[in-house]
Amino acid sequence: MDSTGDAAAEPLLEVRGLSKIFGTLKACDSIDLEIRRGEIHALLGENGAGKSTLVKMLFGALEPTAGTIRWKGQEVAIRSPGEARRLGIGMVFQHFSLFDALTAAENIILSLDDPAPVSAVAARARELSRAYGLPLDPQAHVGDLSVGERQRIEIIRCLLQDPELIILDEPTSVLTPQEADKLFDTLETLRSEGRSILYISHRLEEVKRLCDRATVLRGGRVVGHSDPRRETAASLARMMVGGDVPVVVRDKPAATREALLEVRGLNRKAGHPFAVSLSEIELTVHAGEILGVAGVAGNGQGELFEAISGEALQESADTVRICGHAAGRHDITGRRLMGAAFVPEERLGHAAAPFMTLTQNLLLSRYRTDARAFLGRLGIIRNAVVASAAKRVSTAMDVRKGSEDPEATALSGGNLQKFVIGRELDRQPRVLVVNQPTWGVDAGAAARIRQALVDLAKGGSAVLVISQDLDELFEICDAIAVMHGGRLSTPVPIAEATYEKIGLLMGGARPEATSGLPLEETV
Amino acid sequence: MRIELVKRPQRSALFSMLSPFIALGLTLVAGAALFLALGKNPGEALYYYFVDPLHETWSLHELAVKAAPLILIAVGLSVCFRSNNWNIGAEGQFIIGAMAGSILPVMFPDFQSWVVLPLMLLLGVAGGAAYASIPAVLKARFNTSEILTSLMLVYVAQLFLDWMVRGPWRNPAGFNFPETRTFHAFATLPEIWPASGRAHWGFIFALLAALVLWFVMTRTLKGFEIRLLGQSPRAGRFAGFSREKMVLFSFLVSGGLAGLAGICEVSGAIGQLRPIISPGYGFTAIIIAFLGRLNPLGIVAAGLVLALTYLGGEAAQISVGLSDKVARVFQGMILFFVLACDTLIHYRIRLVAEPAVRGEGARADV
Amino acid sequence: MFEDILITIATAATPLLLAAIGELVTERSGVLNLGVEGMMIMGAVTGFAVAVTTGSPWLGVLAAILVGAAFSLLFGFLTLTLVTNQVATGLSLTLLGLGLSGMIGESFVGRAGVKLAAIRIPYLSDIPYIGRLIFGQDPLFYVSILLTAGVVWFLFRTRAGLTLRSVGDNHASAHALGIRVITIRYLAVMFGGACAGLAGAYLSLVYVPQWVENMTAGRGWIALALVVFASWRPWRLLVGAYLFGAVSIGQLHTQALGVGIPSQFLSSLPYLATIVVLVLISRNRRLTMMNTPASLGQPFVPDR
Repeated sequence: MDSTGDAAAEPLLEVRGLSKIFGTLKACDSIDLEIRRGEIHALLGENGAGKSTLVKMLFGALEPTAGTIRWKGQEVAIRSPGEARRLGIGMVFQHFSLFDALTAAENIILSLDDPAPVSAVAARARELSRAYGLPLDPQAHVGDLSVGERQRIEIIRCLLQDPELIILDEPTSVLTPQEADKLFDTLETLRSEGRSILYISHRLEEVKRLCDRATVLRGGRVVGHSDPRRETAASLARMMVGGDVPVVVRDKPAATREALLEVRGLNRKAGHPFAVSLSEIELTVHAGEILGVAGVAGNGQGELFEAISGEALQESADTVRICGHAAGRHDITGRRLMGAAFVPEERLGHAAAPFMTLTQNLLLSRYRTDARAFLGRLGIIRNAVVASAAKRVSTAMDVRKGSEDPEATALSGGNLQKFVIGRELDRQPRVLVVNQPTWGVDAGAAARIRQALVDLAKGGSAVLVISQDLDELFEICDAIAVMHGGRLSTPVPIAEATYEKIGLLMGGARPEATSGLPLEETV
Repeated sequence: MRIELVKRPQRSALFSMLSPFIALGLTLVAGAALFLALGKNPGEALYYYFVDPLHETWSLHELAVKAAPLILIAVGLSVCFRSNNWNIGAEGQFIIGAMAGSILPVMFPDFQSWVVLPLMLLLGVAGGAAYASIPAVLKARFNTSEILTSLMLVYVAQLFLDWMVRGPWRNPAGFNFPETRTFHAFATLPEIWPASGRAHWGFIFALLAALVLWFVMTRTLKGFEIRLLGQSPRAGRFAGFSREKMVLFSFLVSGGLAGLAGICEVSGAIGQLRPIISPGYGFTAIIIAFLGRLNPLGIVAAGLVLALTYLGGEAAQISVGLSDKVARVFQGMILFFVLACDTLIHYRIRLVAEPAVRGEGARADV
Repeated sequence: MFEDILITIATAATPLLLAAIGELVTERSGVLNLGVEGMMIMGAVTGFAVAVTTGSPWLGVLAAILVGAAFSLLFGFLTLTLVTNQVATGLSLTLLGLGLSGMIGESFVGRAGVKLAAIRIPYLSDIPYIGRLIFGQDPLFYVSILLTAGVVWFLFRTRAGLTLRSVGDNHASAHALGIRVITIRYLAVMFGGACAGLAGAYLSLVYVPQWVENMTAGRGWIALALVVFASWRPWRLLVGAYLFGAVSIGQLHTQALGVGIPSQFLSSLPYLATIVVLVLISRNRRLTMMNTPASLGQPFVPDR
């Protein structure tokens, strides 16, 4: 048994030439990867670089087109997540694989391959949650839990299998900076127990802090292996993007006191069981200003967007004012006519209809504001005019597409997002409200979108940006307010804002309390 | 061996065109197999079903008589289905429309004037629309499943008609037969070309309705609204369109057209009310709407094809001794095959032999 | 007299309960099969044909179950493998079932049927008032009650039931965990089909032992409404089925008494009651949203 001698040196997992092809798209192109025992290995790459596809193959959720996977030196075929779990591979998903209608304990049982009674599983789960500092109530319904709590269920579910390799897909994207710190502690404990972790992220600072080695993907290929501690964030970013990351250029904000968007005393009851109610929301955005709304997902951001956009109406007309008009009783069309424009979080199915062409999708939000140009008598659509407007938007925002006028679903996330934002910017709105402007978008497109938002504000419009991405908010906003549990904090001017301060607000701390805490330098 | 679906990057224009034809072809093959199983010569049976009724002018007229209500109802339903509202109670709206339109000739037989017929048609539309508004309002207001409520109302309408023609509306001079008095001349929908056959103006209305709705659906903002709310309700709300108003609109349009079909059938083809005035037109129209790919012009063609199965059913019964029930089997199969073939528009279908060694499975793409 | 009425209520309720309990399981797995009426009528016609031909009602029952399950497979193939629209496909199953059953049953119209005999437990069934009600009914009555209890046990006490509910709640999550979503749904659809077939056999072998075209008369649709009414809970389904049984028997007795109300109005009562009940239950949005399986009717294509 010569393998026992250098078991420590032999990699736990070794991937050679792994490829996955969807139709004509090479999502993963001959990937090599090696994970040693007891290391935290970063998998870096932009959205669309092939990270998720790669880990899905490692977890048996996707079948590779070609290539080999060796586990402890043995070649293995991982045909299902069950097989992956039996080998000792556990996974914590990015968009959680949980069931809202079931309890935490039931959720955990579903991932166990040996049938165990609920009580035994709940007891084991409690034990683990104590050992790793991950508080959890086994009887709670998952639908009622916050994203942080959901992630803890995922992690405990994974640990119950006693895995040797744990795959975490973008685990901190849903956490506050403080919650992320706690997660890092847990991960370091796991490493000290000799477990390996494959850590997927595009946040370079945390990779530098946590990871022993890194593999960088770009366009489905491995572009480099490195030691993240020896790299700078900028050098890692260059590897990921394959060139310099465009920097958003921002002049000093034009100071005016003309309030273009005002929300006063906005309350909204939760419309369905898992929604958040809004209470006493106050905000003002002036001309030339970008106000950011930070917060962990599921704290009422979507509900706030619907209320301001007019998809949900208010009791009183004065609750929302747009460019000086009382808008509370006007629907989204009425608010658009007052000069506002809106970009919701979900691109496909909310901002755009998946199976409609870009031209039709342009009409979707502008048939009334541009009625004179787009519609003839009897409501007949002037297709040529709309199509040329769609083309103008595509050119202005550099939307890359396969054909002249494709369906929305055929575009990549970043390109569709550029189109959806460009569609509104093309109107030169006085007020723009945008929810998660660059969520799941590659760095190039994200920079372009942020620049467009900054430019719009410079031109004298008011911009409200709701985002979970703190880096983004710090990059473009004049002030940041924080949403937590359906309430909005008073905005913190950007000069006074730190990650620490905003993070504490995201975690639910009251603003008075935060100012009293010593400010630590953030990493 | 298993079947895998591979999503196409864009929907296939080719299969959008072809799928109804493939479905019809498959139905013919399955039909031939069915005839064989019933001990008939499939060639002969199919001939009597699909070719024989087209030979004579009068039977072409009969085709138009059958197609008129089918097309009228189906184009209305296409608006509903496109907007993702499932009105499956057109049969009931057809009956109520027919009854509402019959008020004048049955209750006021002495009111004889040229205005009677237009009024009857209007009442027919109003009756069908009003009856369709019940499930629509319940859905818009209480979120009640329109599928179940509209269907339940079919049974209610059938029983109501049954009661009326046996009770209050029974022909006083009709020897106790369960039927109303026959309509007078002013209440009869004229034939298009009386010299050659029975086809009445209902067929012209059907063509007009199809043309108008085709224009609305493809060229106007209303059509855009209908399609958008049907495809993506949330994007529709973002666009500022109201789901509730669309529920009402689509049910009123389809109910009104079903009602028009009802009064046209009664005043044009039957001439009086009877306990049963429809051989399931309201349900067959659902099949037609899908076979016509929810496109009003496609529905005209599909309506003619399905009308042919009614005539063919009669022809085959007389000449080959095939049960007329076979026609309904045919109709059911068509819808099945149409739905199956529509999969090809969005997906490529791939047959994969279970691979012995990974990656070496034999594949055949369609 | 009172006991007779209760027993007739049970005979009216049993086919509804049988069909609905199957559909409940199907819908709990996230599949909406509107073809209940079609599967039920196919069960009724084959049950009758086989029973009359072989002389054995039990063979008829077995055939009805098998045909119901086989017929539902057609629906399963289209909606699960070819991912067609579930509403439209369910409708087409009903239309095809009504057509096919008419054709198959044509030569059986008017023929005398074979009735599935009631069970009579000696002595116990002679207890006054409740004896025959509890110990002297037809065998399928007992099957329907046991089936309901079995479904409760399966859904809420077994691992397989938990898996089925998880698939109905979120098929993407289930797939990510390695649960075989499509296989489970096929099984749930077939269970629904088998139950609908059994319900059909009840109609043609117990309720009115003969074959009449369209004899289901909308009961499949009422069963669908019952599942909504019960907010996907089996015991509530039992209550609902018996309420409906009471309505339909009540209207029959009223007709027999010759009260001045036209029979057609009374006959339409079960349909109107369905509408009223649906409105009452669906206006409570919170209740329906909490209980509706979240992936009900949603198409699912696994990526490989």
